[in-house]
Amino acid sequence: MKNYLKAVTFWKAVAGIILAAGVYVTIFRFTQGLGATTNLSDQFPWGLWIGFDVLCGVGLAAGGFTLATIVYIFNIKRFEPIVRPTILTAFLGYLLVIVALLYDLGRPLQLWHAIIMWNPQSVMFEVAWCVILYTTVLAFEFSPVVFEKFGMVKVQNVVKRFMLPLIIIGVILSTLHQSSLGSLYLIVPEKLYGLWYSAYLPIFFYVSAIAVGCAMIIFESFLSARAFKKGLEMPLLAEISRIGVLMLAVYLTTNFGLLFIPRTETYLYWVEIVVGVIAPLILLSYRRVRETNGGLFAGATMIIVGFILNRMNISITGMEASAGVSYFPSWMEITVTMMVVTAGFVVFAFAVKYLPVFKHEEHIRRPALDWQSDLEFISQPAYHE
Amino acid sequence: MVTKKALLIDLTMCIGCNSCQEACKKVNGLPEGEEKSLSATAYTALEEHGDVFVRRMCQHCVDPSCVSVCPVGAFTKTPEGPVLYDESKCIGCRYCIQACPFQVPRYEWGSNYPRVQKCRFCAERVKSGLQPACAEACPTGATKFGNRDDLIREAYERMNAESGKYVNKVYGIDEVGGTSILYLSAVPFEELGFKTNLENTALPMHTWNALSKIPGVVAVGGVFLYGIWWITNRRNEVQEYERQQETAEDRANRHDDSEQR
Repeated sequence: MKNYLKAVTFWKAVAGIILAAGVYVTIFRFTQGLGATTNLSDQFPWGLWIGFDVLCGVGLAAGGFTLATIVYIFNIKRFEPIVRPTILTAFLGYLLVIVALLYDLGRPLQLWHAIIMWNPQSVMFEVAWCVILYTTVLAFEFSPVVFEKFGMVKVQNVVKRFMLPLIIIGVILSTLHQSSLGSLYLIVPEKLYGLWYSAYLPIFFYVSAIAVGCAMIIFESFLSARAFKKGLEMPLLAEISRIGVLMLAVYLTTNFGLLFIPRTETYLYWVEIVVGVIAPLILLSYRRVRETNGGLFAGATMIIVGFILNRMNISITGMEASAGVSYFPSWMEITVTMMVVTAGFVVFAFAVKYLPVFKHEEHIRRPALDWQSDLEFISQPAYHE
Repeated sequence: MVTKKALLIDLTMCIGCNSCQEACKKVNGLPEGEEKSLSATAYTALEEHGDVFVRRMCQHCVDPSCVSVCPVGAFTKTPEGPVLYDESKCIGCRYCIQACPFQVPRYEWGSNYPRVQKCRFCAERVKSGLQPACAEACPTGATKFGNRDDLIREAYERMNAESGKYVNKVYGIDEVGGTSILYLSAVPFEELGFKTNLENTALPMHTWNALSKIPGVVAVGGVFLYGIWWITNRRNEVQEYERQQETAEDRANRHDDSEQR
C-alpha cells in the first residue's frame, strides 16, 4: 500500500510539472504567435502538432469505432466489458485532437468557419466535418455512463434506443476521416517521399487505424488493470489482437523500387515496417505468445510504436527532402504535445474515479448468456445496483 | 467568355534591376526594401542562379492546389486567371502552403493573427484592363502580359526565331495542368531551381479520385453495417428463442415427472 501511494504521488508530480509547463507555453503561444513558439517555416508548415497530435491522435482513438463495430454491429456481446473504457478513450482522444488543433491553427478563433464556409473539394473540409460529427457521436455513445451515474434511467433508455443508428453513423464517419487523413497527402506526390506516397494512402491509413485501434484496446486494458487494480480480459484481448494482425498484413508500400536505396528514408521505413508490421505479425500469430500477458502487451506496443513511426514518417521525415530544410520540433511544441497526452491520462483517471466506466451493465446482462432460464430470470425481482 | 490572362517571363531578357519587386511592393502596400527571396512582404523576388535572375511568384495555376485544399474556400480562381486569397475566411491551417507544388505561399509567422501572403496578379488592375504592376514596370520586356494563348504562341515564335538560344521548353504550359506564368530560358530549367518533377495533370485530380468515392462509401457502408447487424441480431434472437423452447420443454417434462411421482 505504501509503495502504491508513492507511485501515485510520483506520477501525479510528473503530470503536474508537465501541465504547469503546458500552461506557460499556452500563454506564450497565444501571445507571441506561431513563429516564436514553433520551428515551423514556409518550407515546413506542418510539424509535430499535425504529425503527432492530429494524425496519431485520431488514429490511436480508432479503438472506439473498431470495438463499437465488434460489439454493436457484429453483436459479439462478450466484448461488452471493455466497451466503456474504449469509448471513453476515443472520446477524450478526439477532444484532445481538437484542443491540439487550436494550438496549431493560425486563427483558432475562426475554426467555426469550417462549419459554414464549405469547400467540398477539400479533404481538410471533409476531415473537419467528420471529426466534429464523430466527436458528437462519441459523446452520445458515452452518455449512458453519465446518465447511469446520476440515475437518469429514462434518458439513458432514450439514448439506448438510438444506439444502433448512432453506431452505424459513427463507423461510417470514422471510415471516412481515418482514410481521409491519408488523402490529405494525395495532393503532394512530388513532395512526399516515394516509399510512403501511394494512391492507396487512404486505404493504408484506414487499415492501419483499425490495427492500431485493436492494439490500443489491449494497451489501455493493461494500463487500466495496473492503475486501477482490476482484472484483465485476457481471452478477449488475445482475440482482438488477431483482428489487428489481420489488418497489418494489408499494409505495404507501392514503390518497391525504393526499398533498398541507401537513404535515411529507407532506414526509417524499414524500422517502421519491421517494428510495426512484421514483428507483431509474427509474434501475435503464435497462440503461445498472444495468450501470455507479456507477449500480448509487447505485440500491441510494437504495433503502436510502428504506427506512430509511420505517421511521423509521412508527416515529417518523408517531407523533409523535398522541403529542402530539416525540421525538429521546438521544446515548446514538444511541451504542448506532452501536455495534451498528460491531460488525456488525467481526465481518464478522473472519469474512472467518478463514473461507472468499468462496471458495465452486469445487472442487465442478456439472460441467454446465463445458465438460468428466461422464465426464472423474469420471475426474479428487478435487480438494481 | 473571358480570355485567360498570363505573364511570359523571358529569363534571357531579365537584367536583375528589381523594378518588378519595387512596383509590386508599392501597388500592394508592402514595406519597401529589396528582398532576394519570396516572403510575407515580397510577393515576387529575383533569385540569382549563376548569372541568371529567376523571377519567382505565384504561378496562378489553371487548376490550383491551394484552391482545392482550403477547407473554408479562402482561395478562389478568378475567370481571368488570378488566384486570390480571402483572409477573412482563413482559419490558418496552412494546408495551402503544404500543398503548393511551387512552394509559393508565405505565412506571417511573427503575427498573432497571421495571413497567407502571395502574389494577387493585380486582379483589380487586370479586371479593369490594365496590366499587372510588375509587367508595366519591367524596362526590358522580360515580363510581358497578355492573353495566355497569345503568349504561348509568342513563346514558340521566339524559340523558332533564334534556334539554339532557348532550351526547348516553355515552362508552365503543362506543369500541374498548366499555369498562368510562362517561362523561357537559355539555361536548363532544372539548373535554375525550377521543379521539373511535376506531373502534367492537375494535382487536385489525385484528391478528387478519393473524395468522389465518399457517397458510395456512405451508402454501401450504411447498408452493409445494417445488414450485418440484422443478420447477427437475428441469429442471437433465434438462439435465445431455441434455448427458451428447450427450457420450457425441460420444465414441462420435469413437471410431468413430479406429477407421476
